[in-house]
Amino acid sequence: MKEISELILPDDLRYAEDHEWARVEGDRVRVGLDDYAQDQLGDIVFVELPQPGDTFEKGQEFATVESVKAVVECYLPVSGEIVAVNKQLEDSPELMNESSYGDGWMVEVNPKDLSEMDTLMTSTENLERLKGAE
Amino acid sequence: MKELLGTKGLLLNEPLLWEKGKKGRRGFSLPPRDVGSFPVEKELAGEGPDFPDLSEIDVVRHYTRLSQWNFGVDTGMYPLGSCTMKYNPKTNEKQAGLPGLSGGHPLLPASLSQGGLRLMFELEKHLAEITGMDATTLQPAAGAHGDLTGMLLIHAFHKSKGAQRSKIIIPDTAHGTNPASAVLCGYKPVPVSSNEKGILSVEAISQVVDEDTAGIMITNPNTLGLFEENITEIARMVHSKGGLVYCDGANLNAVMGVVKMGEIGVDVMHLNLHKTFSTPHGGGGPGSGPVCVKNHLEPFLPAPRVVEEGGRYVLSEDYPESVGKVLAFYGNFGVMVKAYSYILSMGPENLKKASQLAVLNANYVKEKLKGTLHLPYDRPCMHECVFSDKYQMTNKVATLDMAKRLMDYGFHPPTVYFPLVVHGAIMVEPTETESMEDLDQFIEAFKAVAKEAQEDPDLLYEAPRNCKVRRLDETTAARKPCLAG
Repeated sequence: MKEISELILPDDLRYAEDHEWARVEGDRVRVGLDDYAQDQLGDIVFVELPQPGDTFEKGQEFATVESVKAVVECYLPVSGEIVAVNKQLEDSPELMNESSYGDGWMVEVNPKDLSEMDTLMTSTENLERLKGAE
Repeated sequence: MKELLGTKGLLLNEPLLWEKGKKGRRGFSLPPRDVGSFPVEKELAGEGPDFPDLSEIDVVRHYTRLSQWNFGVDTGMYPLGSCTMKYNPKTNEKQAGLPGLSGGHPLLPASLSQGGLRLMFELEKHLAEITGMDATTLQPAAGAHGDLTGMLLIHAFHKSKGAQRSKIIIPDTAHGTNPASAVLCGYKPVPVSSNEKGILSVEAISQVVDEDTAGIMITNPNTLGLFEENITEIARMVHSKGGLVYCDGANLNAVMGVVKMGEIGVDVMHLNLHKTFSTPHGGGGPGSGPVCVKNHLEPFLPAPRVVEEGGRYVLSEDYPESVGKVLAFYGNFGVMVKAYSYILSMGPENLKKASQLAVLNANYVKEKLKGTLHLPYDRPCMHECVFSDKYQMTNKVATLDMAKRLMDYGFHPPTVYFPLVVHGAIMVEPTETESMEDLDQFIEAFKAVAKEAQEDPDLLYEAPRNCKVRRLDETTAARKPCLAG
């Protein structure tokens, strides 16, 4: 497993308590699991995603991720409607391990209120939080 | 340390039965035919099923070899936390094999099943007495099913009051089946964190409990192996809001005959006969998850129920408020016979002593290993103790590596990565089965593994080395499962 110093936490993303990341892309927000989460989970073997059109409040459970070690629920970092899901994860859940910020994204959201992004942690804040938890 | 338990013994490879044998080979000889041949109707003729052609010795060797690849509590220590893998006394099997019991059929009329019905009636009473509850159903097939039945009872209770509720409080140390059962009954699980001592605080509960709370699901002792000391106060608080208290009895082995659950505020609880009451667990046979309740939930218990009428036992469906059947017929009867045999052969004093020894054994392991392994909650435990891989992670050796290496030393690994509240958890439940010598051997083995973790981590990454199969590729097995031979 990675040391805290080895974690990749890009600056252009925002992070939620439960290690989801969110990135504004045009008028959408793309969501995935951060490097810390994928590393702690180990090899991810199954991902259950919502349907496009489903709506969730910020902090509501929207997906389930199963690894060889555990099953975890994922909570949507911003409120809104799911407009796209990463269908590739169905057959290739390993993308979440191999490319957590790229091909391993989970869903795209049409956000209800983009200012919710400001309530999420920055890369530095996330790193500090992880150091504190050590 | 005595001679090492684990060795690299000779184990024989064995193919699938279909890869063995030869066309026309068989394990029996038919007597000469003494009737003339007669054409079979066309509809009845055709290809037979694809059975392999084998002799008796082919079959015997096949299953003997497979059995030698196995590891069970009859082979060695099986300290799988939260599972209570205690020894299953052979007398249980003997009683369950009695022709009058093993030959019983669920469709026989009550008049021809008096022995079996009486056994069920008395087992219900014994389980109620052991837990300090009032009534029991033996129907649920196993623990998770008992969980669900318990939740159905709580749901039926609120429904009967004409005011259904929406929330169930569930601690972060709970078994995953708890929230699953609550959701299946239409409730929303509300998670609550345990405190720095690893148990629930009254304050944490007071913040989530309200008039919409149907109940709380508490495992006591909890999955950290700690007794929920505040349970009486927590139960009072939940009751004051009109909610009920469900106790997950998975860990009853710590408190048999010691804690009267009914007196500390529990309204309904399930038990695992295949854990606490020494019936086979895991691949060894079906489970059984009876549910015990206080009087106010009795009308809702699954029907039919065994009742006594003037010294005779009958099955009664006359329970209009019952949640209905939860399993075909009356539950896993063979398991009930074994648990009944255990309870009667132990008696009240020895059941209590079994729990006391289970707790003593776990504390012994905890004290002996706590310098070797990180102990997140350093306080007296109940029947199991939870360590973590924090010390070994400095050498990048994780819980899984140590668990695999323990197999080389001849031990079944403990439960790993559960409970989730402890990072890299290693959960050891020795049960009362193990003698002090066996515990010492386990402790020595674990210390040796920890030493290797420091000096030669590769030994652990490559473990197990002495087993029939080496480390399995769990990832590929899960991502690309191959279920055929």
